Amino acid sequence: MKFDLILRVGTKMILPFILLFAIYVHFHGDYGPGGGFQAGVILAAGIILYAMVFGLDAARRIAPQGLVELLVPTGVAVFAAAGLPGMFKDFRYLDYGVYGHDFLHAHEWGILIVETGVIITVFSTMVAIFYAFADRGRG
Amino acid sequence: MIRLSEHLPIIQVLVPLFGAILTAFARRGTTAWAIAATASVLAPFVSAAMLWTVFETGRPISYVMGSWAAPWGIEYRVDLLNGFVLLLVSVIGVATISYARKSVAAEIDAHKQAWFYTMYLLCLTGLLGIAVTGDAFNAFVFLEVSSLATYVLIGLGRHRRALLAAYQYLIMGTIGATFYIIGVGLLYVVTGTLNFADLADRLGPAMDTQARPILAALAFMTVGICLKLALFPLHAWLPNAYAYAPSFATAFLAGTATKVAVYLLMRIFFSVFAIAIPASALPVTEVIVILSVAAMFIASFSAIFEENAKRMLAYSSVAQIGYITLGIGLANQLGLSASLIHVFNHALMKTALFFALGAIVYRTGLVNISQLSGIGRRMPLTIAAFVVAGLGIIGVPGTAGFISKWYLAMAAIDKGWWWMVFLIVASSLLAVVYVGKFIEVAYFREPGPDVAEAHEPPISMLLPLLALAFATVYFGIDTRLTTSVAEAAASALLGGAR
Repeated sequence: MKFDLILRVGTKMILPFILLFAIYVHFHGDYGPGGGFQAGVILAAGIILYAMVFGLDAARRIAPQGLVELLVPTGVAVFAAAGLPGMFKDFRYLDYGVYGHDFLHAHEWGILIVETGVIITVFSTMVAIFYAFADRGRG
Repeated sequence: MIRLSEHLPIIQVLVPLFGAILTAFARRGTTAWAIAATASVLAPFVSAAMLWTVFETGRPISYVMGSWAAPWGIEYRVDLLNGFVLLLVSVIGVATISYARKSVAAEIDAHKQAWFYTMYLLCLTGLLGIAVTGDAFNAFVFLEVSSLATYVLIGLGRHRRALLAAYQYLIMGTIGATFYIIGVGLLYVVTGTLNFADLADRLGPAMDTQARPILAALAFMTVGICLKLALFPLHAWLPNAYAYAPSFATAFLAGTATKVAVYLLMRIFFSVFAIAIPASALPVTEVIVILSVAAMFIASFSAIFEENAKRMLAYSSVAQIGYITLGIGLANQLGLSASLIHVFNHALMKTALFFALGAIVYRTGLVNISQLSGIGRRMPLTIAAFVVAGLGIIGVPGTAGFISKWYLAMAAIDKGWWWMVFLIVASSLLAVVYVGKFIEVAYFREPGPDVAEAHEPPISMLLPLLALAFATVYFGIDTRLTTSVAEAAASALLGGAR
């Protein structure tokens, strides 16, 4: 698809909006439908679209394989570590009360951190799976 | 400052979980092993501290996740029963992680080793999580965490058939987990709660009006968990999974995975259902007794005619699980004690046996019994340890296996089933045949060309093997730890029923 002008220009036009929409879904997650999982999938879909139109090597330049593989455990680490600070201040594990003075605010922050962990892992896992499949048969 | 003693139940799960995350960052096998070893060594201290606290105070430890109070939030609850299981799993973890370094280095590709340790730690996280949680749905989540990690561990075996074995287990394991969650779902619809203790309180009143979904839930959960613990005839996935998995994974899983499933079955039967519904409502225990006896005999026969040593031990595991579930089926105080004691003893013995086979594979690459003639003269300590653990599997007096079978026989007599004692002894004689078959080949034949170069494994593999063989004898003579904890836990389980 390297020489298909419409696809190439179309992709370049639509890509920023895909990424922006992913961020919108991510930060909107605690008010309405959405959240880290959906946002991560949309974000990864952007990279996958880019790879399909401009080729795997071009995609690897903007999302290097090593970085992607590093992000998989990073997201889990963010999620799991979000529960830790409470344990040092007389809260239980996964109690986000430690992140603010009133209950609701603190928990909103806590959930946002958790969702950030989710978006990182979902995005990187999707892209890593795509890379693994796309690499098959390339020798 | 953090008060560790308050947070012990969650720390038990967090230590291997964070270990798994760190190993995923570490790209080198030795670094990953060091992290995995640290996490594995810390785990038994946590579980021992909890078991000690529960034993001393006589009260369970409760920990609510995120400060959400118990029936609504997830509660971690440690009593004697799961404290005992936690200690067992984490001790087996320590023994296997010492064994792992050389064994994994030899059997797993260098660039996969770090991920392999990640999977091991996630598996440990899942197994400890199932044991520590007091919430039916949380148990399902941990069941999936441990199972998914297990499929990868098995699939990384050197033989191509490892992939097929892992796939087989994936299908069966998923069916098992699905059945379990269908049962949990039915209970949630009827009672509106997922907490084990709360379920036990609410099921009784609900039984009058909604008996059918509750009985369906019991049936689904029993079948689902029995798939996971490989009760005959649901054991089909186990022999291949154990035979083709890497040596380290086989030894670890044989000592822990099925044992944790046994724990979950006990928890569901006695802490949840036995309190709420009369035993006559559904003949679950009778069915389990019949299947257990079938397992004891049929799986032992399969072991006798098996040529691959790892598969032989795998079938032996199915047979031994029969003894464990037989104790559950007898459903009296001695029977449950026997089950718990055998969970502990069998984990020690079977892990030792798979360690010995792993050592043979490490030195020779052979698993077929006929090729191992005279191996006892080349690797005397390894085979001696195999013999000790094998005697334990048979149930020879002076080994741990005798204690469990003694309790099991007493439980059968207590119930008035004299004939069951004969069945237990007769099936033990079958174990004499398959263990004896290996010993005959290993000691009484001239060393063949295949084993000419073989010698003792490295000390890091030999030491945990000898330690477990020693433990097999030790717990056959000094039974204070196993019997006192198991009897108290069994009384607590049945105490709820009254």
